[in-house]
Amino acid sequence: MKKATIQLETLTCPSCVLKIENATKSLDGVDKESVKVLFNSSKVKLDFDEEKLSVEDISKAVTALGYEVKKSQVK
Amino acid sequence: MQRWILRKKNHITLISAILIAIGFTSALAFKNEAVAVLALVSASILGIAPIAIQAYQALRVKVVSIDVLVTIAVIGAFFIKNFEESAIVTFLFLFGAYLERRTLNKTRSAIKELTEMTPESALKQMENGEFEEVDVDEVDVGDILLVKTGAKIPVDGTVLSGEGSINEASITGESFPVSKEKGSTVFAGTILDNGTIQISADRVGEDTTFGKIIELVEEAQDSKSEAERFIDRFAKYYTPAVLLLGIVVWLFSRNLELAITILVLGCPGALVIGVPVSNVAGIGNGARNGVLLKGSEVIGDFSRLDTMVFDKTGTLTVGNPAVSERVYYGEHIDEALGYLASVERESDHPLAKAVLEEIGGTTFSPVENTEVVKGGGITATVSEHRVAVGNVALMEQENVVLNEQAKADIIRFEKSGNSLVLTSVDGELKILMGIRDQIRPGVKEDLIKLKKLGVKNLVMLSGDNQGTVDVVSRELGLTQAHGNMLPEDKSAYIKKLIEEDQIVAFVGDGVNDSPSLALAHIGIAMGSGSDVAIETSDVVLMNSDFGRLPHALGLAKATARNMKQNIFIAVGVVLFLLAGVFFSEWMNMSIGMLVHEASILVVILNGMRLLRYQLRKNKAMKQS
Repeated sequence: MKKATIQLETLTCPSCVLKIENATKSLDGVDKESVKVLFNSSKVKLDFDEEKLSVEDISKAVTALGYEVKKSQVK
Repeated sequence: MQRWILRKKNHITLISAILIAIGFTSALAFKNEAVAVLALVSASILGIAPIAIQAYQALRVKVVSIDVLVTIAVIGAFFIKNFEESAIVTFLFLFGAYLERRTLNKTRSAIKELTEMTPESALKQMENGEFEEVDVDEVDVGDILLVKTGAKIPVDGTVLSGEGSINEASITGESFPVSKEKGSTVFAGTILDNGTIQISADRVGEDTTFGKIIELVEEAQDSKSEAERFIDRFAKYYTPAVLLLGIVVWLFSRNLELAITILVLGCPGALVIGVPVSNVAGIGNGARNGVLLKGSEVIGDFSRLDTMVFDKTGTLTVGNPAVSERVYYGEHIDEALGYLASVERESDHPLAKAVLEEIGGTTFSPVENTEVVKGGGITATVSEHRVAVGNVALMEQENVVLNEQAKADIIRFEKSGNSLVLTSVDGELKILMGIRDQIRPGVKEDLIKLKKLGVKNLVMLSGDNQGTVDVVSRELGLTQAHGNMLPEDKSAYIKKLIEEDQIVAFVGDGVNDSPSLALAHIGIAMGSGSDVAIETSDVVLMNSDFGRLPHALGLAKATARNMKQNIFIAVGVVLFLLAGVFFSEWMNMSIGMLVHEASILVVILNGMRLLRYQLRKNKAMKQS
């Protein structure tokens, strides 16, 4: 399990949070419990299994919703 | 294409505004219906594009968002050929979102200022010995870094060489330059005002004190209270419920206009955004003023505070006992002082330090036969004289006769809260010293402010004797004060208060009082950015500044009030709109959307007031 922090463009509507949450939770390999979308700091924090998917896959899923990914960090 | 449309949202909003203006002018001024319809239809189609894309994206991940409601409503309006409404609703929705973005950024500005202080690059010593600029992420523990005048310290570290003065405001909130030399500790995010230093990296990235503060504030601004989680859950089902209601109304009344109006009016805008904006603005204000509030749960509890419990030493008092009064008896005082200093020099008793500081320079003599009398003091032989240093009990044990004058002095010293140190030489009392811990400057005024803010009880707990505790308590005007308390007694006391259904805050230095800090509803650590203080407490006062406590409490109260106002506004607006649909003639989609967007802006602007919150000092002072 790796921890990813993804910095997004500024989030402005709280329904964005729900969308991003659902989108990332539906990815195979993402720990559903760990998904946290921070509205005010516009960040997504989650744990994922690096053997099943990469942070780029997660970023792609978020971008597909129409939110720009500014920076992602894995540790 | 999708992303391009979303990126051009602002342009689309502008163009749609122009088209609407053209539409209405041609309809009203030139009576040209054809041009008007054309303009309004184009405005609607243009405007709905980004909203529909967002709606589609939301539905794909099984979320019925506001965009979905608006898209259906606009398509419905198209069906009944109400192009005015469809154009205006899409425009208002887009324009409202634009204003939301602008104003939300303002409420978040305080925290953004903080995070922007995060260092980004460092000058790292490479294998060839040269320093090269690298990204701060590439610095590892143990690396040697060069920091030049004006630069940010990139990591927590130790100075290897060079010297300079550093502005540590980002950690301590105190913009007073601190001088650093070889061996000094430096903190990430602080600024080297002048000088050049080389440091070795001890902690990097999120492990640094600054990194921890940032992480804490970021988590805090997005933390959710029980009430907010409820609103979130509610919002999740609320939007689908509105959609369902719209469909039901349409099926039964066959009135498409009424059905789509309900969809627009049902948008849950202000309700979901109201509480988070208050939260972020309140926490942002705190961060700017050296007060870290850990989330909205803490704000809620803190604002309803009944009792504030203080640790004495290091919190209400400075924590450095000092000699406050002294009296000499008889002759050969200089020698007696020398003997006293010689004895105390070998002791690690806290009072010994105070005595030595008071005496200052003197001639020391060799000390022999030192004996520690438990609960009494020390006896020893100095330059062939028998010297006893300790309390009254020790003097009695040594058969020292206390004359009337000395007895009166002792009573007077004790009454004013001193611990006593008596010194006898060869069975004769020579020196009496009263030692007292100094009250922190300004504490009294701060406590008065706390009372004015509605704290019912101010309680002090201390390990010191009851006499000392009573004196401090009287001087500060506390409600209660208890002495002779061990750390476990303190936490038992807090537990008792909690069982009495009081909301309790504990203010301590965060090291030896961790159990009490953890147990109280609100643990407040007077941390100078120390890790323990930051981690165990709910509220951190940067740089141990007691004076920030009233601001912290006032801010928590203002933030909690602000949240309630926002919930009230949001719920009120929805009720008003629904009542409008059923009981009035004039309610329609456009008015509904306008009122909605206006209410969202009102709650954001209301939240923004918190950024400017300052405790009204004068008011509290005048009444005292």
